[in-house]
Amino acid sequence: MTTSHRLPEPFGLYIDRSRTLGFDFEGRHYSGLAGDSLGSALAANGVKMVSRSFKYHRPRGFLTFAGLDCNSYVQFGDEPNVQADRLVLTDGLSASALNVSGSLENDRDAYLGHFSRFLPVGFYYKTFFRPKGAWAYWEKIIRRKAGLGNVDKKTPHGYYDKAYLFADVCVIGGGPAGLSAALEAGKTGAEVILIDEEARLGGSLNYAFGAGGQERASKLAAELAKFDNVTVLNPALCTGWFADNWLAVIQGNRLYKLRAKQVVLASGSVEQPMVFRNNDLPGVILGSAVQRMIRLYGVRPGSRAVVCTGNDHGYRVAQDLRDAGVEVVAITDLRNEEAKCVEAGALAAQGLRILSGHTVYEAIPERGKRGISGAVIDSITGEGEVSGSGETLACDLIVTSVGYAPLAQLMCHCGGRMKYSDALHAFELDERPKDAFFAGSVDNGFDLEAALAEGAQSGWSAAKTAGAKVGKEPAKPGAKGAEGINYPWPIFPHPEGKDFVDFDEDQTVKDVINAVADGFEDVELMKRYTTVGMGPSQGRNSALNSVRLTNKANGRGVSGSTTTTQRPPFKPESFGHLAGRSFDPERLTAMHHRHVEAGAQMMLAGAWYRPAYYGRKADRLACIEAEARNVRNNVGMIDVSTLGGLEVRGPDAAEFMNRMYTWAYKKQKVGRARYLLMSDQTGAVVDDGVACRFSEQEFYVTATTGGVDGVYRAMLRWNAEWRLKVDVANVTGAYAGFNIAGPNSRKVLEKLDCDMDLTAEGFPYMGVREGRIAGIPVRLLRVGFVGELGYEIHMPASCGEALWDLVMEAGAEFGIKPFGVEAQRLLRLEKGHIIIGQDTDGLTTPAEADMLWAVGKKKPFFIGKRSLDIMAEARPLERKLVGFTLPGDSPVPEECVLVIKGDRIVGRVTSAARSEACGGIVGMAYVAPEDAVPGKSFNIKLEDGAYIYATVASIPFYDPDGKRQEL
Amino acid sequence: MKILNCPLNGPRNIQEFVWGGEVTEMPDPNRCTVAEWGDYVFLENNTRGVIREWWCHAATNYWFIAERDTSTDEILKTYPAGEVFTVRTDFEVPEEDSKG
Repeated sequence: MTTSHRLPEPFGLYIDRSRTLGFDFEGRHYSGLAGDSLGSALAANGVKMVSRSFKYHRPRGFLTFAGLDCNSYVQFGDEPNVQADRLVLTDGLSASALNVSGSLENDRDAYLGHFSRFLPVGFYYKTFFRPKGAWAYWEKIIRRKAGLGNVDKKTPHGYYDKAYLFADVCVIGGGPAGLSAALEAGKTGAEVILIDEEARLGGSLNYAFGAGGQERASKLAAELAKFDNVTVLNPALCTGWFADNWLAVIQGNRLYKLRAKQVVLASGSVEQPMVFRNNDLPGVILGSAVQRMIRLYGVRPGSRAVVCTGNDHGYRVAQDLRDAGVEVVAITDLRNEEAKCVEAGALAAQGLRILSGHTVYEAIPERGKRGISGAVIDSITGEGEVSGSGETLACDLIVTSVGYAPLAQLMCHCGGRMKYSDALHAFELDERPKDAFFAGSVDNGFDLEAALAEGAQSGWSAAKTAGAKVGKEPAKPGAKGAEGINYPWPIFPHPEGKDFVDFDEDQTVKDVINAVADGFEDVELMKRYTTVGMGPSQGRNSALNSVRLTNKANGRGVSGSTTTTQRPPFKPESFGHLAGRSFDPERLTAMHHRHVEAGAQMMLAGAWYRPAYYGRKADRLACIEAEARNVRNNVGMIDVSTLGGLEVRGPDAAEFMNRMYTWAYKKQKVGRARYLLMSDQTGAVVDDGVACRFSEQEFYVTATTGGVDGVYRAMLRWNAEWRLKVDVANVTGAYAGFNIAGPNSRKVLEKLDCDMDLTAEGFPYMGVREGRIAGIPVRLLRVGFVGELGYEIHMPASCGEALWDLVMEAGAEFGIKPFGVEAQRLLRLEKGHIIIGQDTDGLTTPAEADMLWAVGKKKPFFIGKRSLDIMAEARPLERKLVGFTLPGDSPVPEECVLVIKGDRIVGRVTSAARSEACGGIVGMAYVAPEDAVPGKSFNIKLEDGAYIYATVASIPFYDPDGKRQEL
Repeated sequence: MKILNCPLNGPRNIQEFVWGGEVTEMPDPNRCTVAEWGDYVFLENNTRGVIREWWCHAATNYWFIAERDTSTDEILKTYPAGEVFTVRTDFEVPEEDSKG
């Protein structure tokens, strides 16, 4: 393939002519050069059409050549919506076009353009409503015809990560203003980060100001490189600017979260398209885009061009085109007066045809519409109106230069606002966020020297505000050159339409005007109705013209009107960037490895890993039963390190406990444990545990695995208000613990070197002791969840594994075996002990849970007391937790299946299991209060819809008198 | 992401903090009416303007008070809870109840 459109040096700053790369597009092979983008390589091969439009499948070509439009979206392997003008060319690269049925050249759906009158404005909006079912019909067709690219569902998750950065000054944009800002801030010694989307710094200096501009860019970049305190992130893109200068920056596969003390926004501007008939065809292109093609990539954008301008920039563009060997047929200048710039004079002197007060009114498509064959030019007779006696000029390129819109979307993410200025016919920054400075064309500064000076001053001021030691203030910038850049009305509607305002969504002048006529008068409403600005370019290329049109049509006038709300991200982010790598915190107990060695199946409890049971998954039920049997008949051991541990100490410790928990703790004896139940201010049960009093002023408090952090936080919150003399510490991670339970548990402990009296008299049930076992300091609690003689041993986490090993060794002769959470759940159910969060929910009161025995009646206060008092007086109980049994041949009901009475749901099953010790199925459920009497029966609706009868039973099911635990 | 200035830990990302609701005064639970208690437990004032809020630095579990403008989401100042709650709170059982 020839690359006939490639220009000789010095054109093509980015490309390396010594390295040729081969690539495929739409199944055809081409060659490009190292440094090319896919877009520039295609353009160098004379390819003008790169995609078809979203709705009408119209041919589309390059518009901004800066990755700011979606005309250049291609499918790149498994990645949809890749911008051809941003995709770095690599050898062997292969890409295809979007929105194409068949091929780009011969799209079966290209006829859709002829049916545009059947897809009127608000089509989607209207089909959502009526007739009923219409959307269901249309959706399938629309989803097939429209949509951008294909998602490969089998694509594996690539490597993406996240990193954090901090800066005194972050400069966004590496053009003249940004470079100068970074340099000036860098001179102060401040930590500076400069972000730019291009691989080479310089921005417009590299393409809009000839060889001299490129030289200045190189000089500035070289000077910047001397500062160690300046970091350049490029090519990288800032996609979001959040509160307090929190920036999202994407570079390669990494998402940076950058916190800057001060931000200098020098993100530049985007040139705005003209509106005329067929303004969307390949070959109609922005002036800045052809400058990029020529200077950056050495690509000749066409052979015969008509330039339509509304400012002096158009003459520079015309000069660049001529330098690149493009014949400029004519320049139509929208302005009535003659241009005064040097370039205009030079071009006129060379005999170029310059027509003031003229516009391009229509682009003439070539056969097949894959490009253009001419331009209809005409004289302007009024706002958006022409004489009608136009002239057709043969050309393959229409280049427009009618003004810019600030790329200030980022600023709008954090509270800034853009407003239409009558004086400039442009959006200008209106409300600006704090701790930020603005320089260059984003702030309508178009004079190069002024932009450089403005950048320097912004960088200096930002560094100063960030606290850096600054030198002398840089010179004040001269006139910004903001006036005369934007032509007020570059919109020329055509009676036959195809005068596009939004290329992403194929919306024309008529669509916008009809939307206003349909009553969607405000730009925000017009946007939602027409979808103008809702495509991937997010209005970057359509906001200015659509705001002009809307506010003309609604009669309000464009002056002072704002853009629609800009939300992050500035450009699409991939899910990979958002997902990154996942780092889920894991907590392992001191004995974790012993469980794994013993073949435990581990389960998550919050962030903790706990043994569910020991053995193979296939033998789950048998394992659980065996573990439970060993506890009932012999001795077992369970790791309880994950239970919360809190130290409550101080002269007011007992008073504090009395306020935080429902029961009474002031008279609790030292050396004894007492059950704890906590409710919240609404009276709902939220946690339980035991309080161990080790001295008058010292309680060791346990809490549930999942609840301890909330309990701890609540304790501190309340005491911040109450100012009691008490100190609370969360010692959950500091202690490891295990429970040794079963009739032989005392014998096992007696074998160890223990300095505590373990006899039933010396250490009764609910007693607590501090002492040493085998020299290890321990807290020994004669409490238990499972209802057997048992001891809970708490020891410093560092000693957990050692003591576990010692007890296992001592217990070997008694057949000691570890048991897991599943066996413990069964054992506690047999004893009728509730699990908070399983047998209770967010509304359960102590009365409903049948736990009024644990509520102190005479206390002046505890959290939730008044609410419980009010409920007790005001309304009868609605449900009550009871134990139940089922006949042996019943299935075991799943947790949460419903309890039905008549036609009402009265409750649910909270726990159920087949119990060997109880000789059948036992469970707990909420039932109607009148049925909460042992012997009564109630209905359970199983998952499959079948009903079974359960009989209310008194709890505990097992050892009702508690003899075994008190041995 | 906003920065919140913790009186104990200095300026930190707001992600490290837990919101604890508006600072309100608990009515005397033994003397207030049912309606007053219900208001206290269930209703938020939802004031537009500057309010005092409880915030907790989660990593250190330090509770403090922040003054925030709910219309601009600007945090104006933060200080230890002890600046507002200067005296010990005590609860007492009303006469008629203490006998029973």
